[in-house]
Amino acid sequence: MSRTPASEVDTFESAPCGYVVVDQRGVIARANAEFLRLLGSDADEVVGVRTFSSLVSPGGQVLLETHVRPILDHAGVVRELALELVRSDGGRVPVLMNARLVDGPARTVLVVLVETRDRHRYEDYLLAAKAAAERAGQESAVMAETLQQTLIPPRPPVVPHLEIGAAYRPAGSGHEVGGDFYDVFQVAPDAWEVVLGDVSGKGINAAVVTSFVRHTVRSEAIAHPDPADLLHALDVAMREHGTEHHCTLAVVRLDRGASGWTLALSLAGHPPALVRRPDGQVVELGVPGTPAGLVTDPAFCTVHHQLGDDLVTLFTDGVTEARAPTGELFGDDRLVELLAGGAGDPHVTAAQVVAEALSWQAENASDDIAVVSFAAASG
Amino acid sequence: MEVGGALNATMTGPSGAPVLVFVHGFGCGQQMWRLVAPAFAQDFRVILLDLPGSAGSDPSTYDAERHSTLEGYADDILQVLRELAVDDVTFVGHSVASMMGVLAHLKEPSLVTRLVLVSPSARYVDDGDYRGGFSQADVDDLLAMMERNQLGWQGALSGMVAGESHVAARAELDDSFCRTRPDVALHFATVTFTGDNRADLPRVAAPTLILQVRDDLIAPISAGEYVHEQIAGSRLQIIETRGHAPHLTDPDAVVSAMRDFMPVGAA
Repeated sequence: MSRTPASEVDTFESAPCGYVVVDQRGVIARANAEFLRLLGSDADEVVGVRTFSSLVSPGGQVLLETHVRPILDHAGVVRELALELVRSDGGRVPVLMNARLVDGPARTVLVVLVETRDRHRYEDYLLAAKAAAERAGQESAVMAETLQQTLIPPRPPVVPHLEIGAAYRPAGSGHEVGGDFYDVFQVAPDAWEVVLGDVSGKGINAAVVTSFVRHTVRSEAIAHPDPADLLHALDVAMREHGTEHHCTLAVVRLDRGASGWTLALSLAGHPPALVRRPDGQVVELGVPGTPAGLVTDPAFCTVHHQLGDDLVTLFTDGVTEARAPTGELFGDDRLVELLAGGAGDPHVTAAQVVAEALSWQAENASDDIAVVSFAAASG
Repeated sequence: MEVGGALNATMTGPSGAPVLVFVHGFGCGQQMWRLVAPAFAQDFRVILLDLPGSAGSDPSTYDAERHSTLEGYADDILQVLRELAVDDVTFVGHSVASMMGVLAHLKEPSLVTRLVLVSPSARYVDDGDYRGGFSQADVDDLLAMMERNQLGWQGALSGMVAGESHVAARAELDDSFCRTRPDVALHFATVTFTGDNRADLPRVAAPTLILQVRDDLIAPISAGEYVHEQIAGSRLQIIETRGHAPHLTDPDAVVSAMRDFMPVGAA
């Protein structure tokens, strides 16, 4: 078998890629065998007859005009552009193109093309997978939002003789279900329960526990008028449930009698309620207790308080543990100051506390924030 | 940050001279004008900018909602002109930016008083008797092609999206002047090639020069003639070259046509 010496090989004609020379009018001046094979055409149908642009798909023609030509003028070379050649039989051949502008007045462009059928199929698969992932992301965001709405009432119910304000802001972008929740519901003709809690963790597992906690509290509330008893019942249910998540809560039972509202409060490892007196003084209310579902010897204690003209605020640690970009905590003192300086309106207070905690961390909540404020309705 | 700074806008030239703003089209940035703009540097104030999301503009300037119509782009350009405190502006727009110029003029006729439309098209897709030059299948092909060409450079540009200094990220790309954020490029292409500004043309009251390339795949002669017929009193000039960008392929003809059309400069 005789072989052609390497020095005599026609490197243009024999190049293992499509290779064309394009003149300044855009017309193909030379084309090698591989290029003609890709196109399924004879040399006399292409060389000196067709512009390079007319051999690619319409979308490719736009890319050649709007991107390739200016880049060639500017940088002299374009690499790795994906195009499709249109064969004489109408079929398409996916290719990757490199092109170089040759120095000189003739403005000649050298173009090489490599067929990429297999890669093309793989890319199609990648693009489909990317689109599917984007869809899944959107669906999960919608699901998180929908789920969140089942855990957080859009607004607290109207309770006669009581004003209740609530505000909630999930952490981050809102694409995940948070662990904070609150609930307000009636347990007797003149008695209401206000609950605010924070389930450890995030995502769908935490949401399941949040839902479980919320429904357990609701179903046990009538049988357990004392909030500490209610928390014991919840604690047992959570440990029987076998969840790895635990929960901190503030449970308030409000009874309305002849002398106005009486308040019974129990905490499960939760920050105390803050009571703002009409003179602006702010005091803590509640005995911390242990988180529900966490320890084998839980301790919950109920304290009682005559509501009078006080404003009571329940909050999650998303408020006090908000961190400024400098690292500084929002902290208890700042919250107390905010409440003391406020007007005492529950709706304004709840909205203001969430807004301040958010602005403290430059509108980028690192944790959920939930706030419920209430006071006796005037008149 | 002012819009002008974020859009990499510059104004050069003698104070008090008449004002020209050059706006690039789909693909690339203000560098597209490098063979034409300098010819006006002595006797005009020349404003150059990069459209939101394109070339050297700050990535944060792009807003998917505002820039889902050409109106949003026109508003941004008008904002730059107001920040520069200029008036009586000649708007030179290439390709899709020619329609931004039309919209900017319609919004603020006393600010944008003359139009130079380079390779304009009021609608790229054919419609009944109207010949834009593209079918819907062609546009779909383009969008698919662009999506495929994102694969390679998504990684290199992801830092820009995440807010890393876009200057540093762009430095890796020798042809960055022609780079657009992939998601933006795709969206910009959609807005460009599915737009229809035919109804806006008859309302144009500014002196208008249309520069039409003899042999242009993207804006064929039928598209330029349509714009000419619809804008009363407009001047249509055919540039004897090929391609979509006469300011690159025959800059001298573009400069000379503009000189004929415009008021005499400051010098």
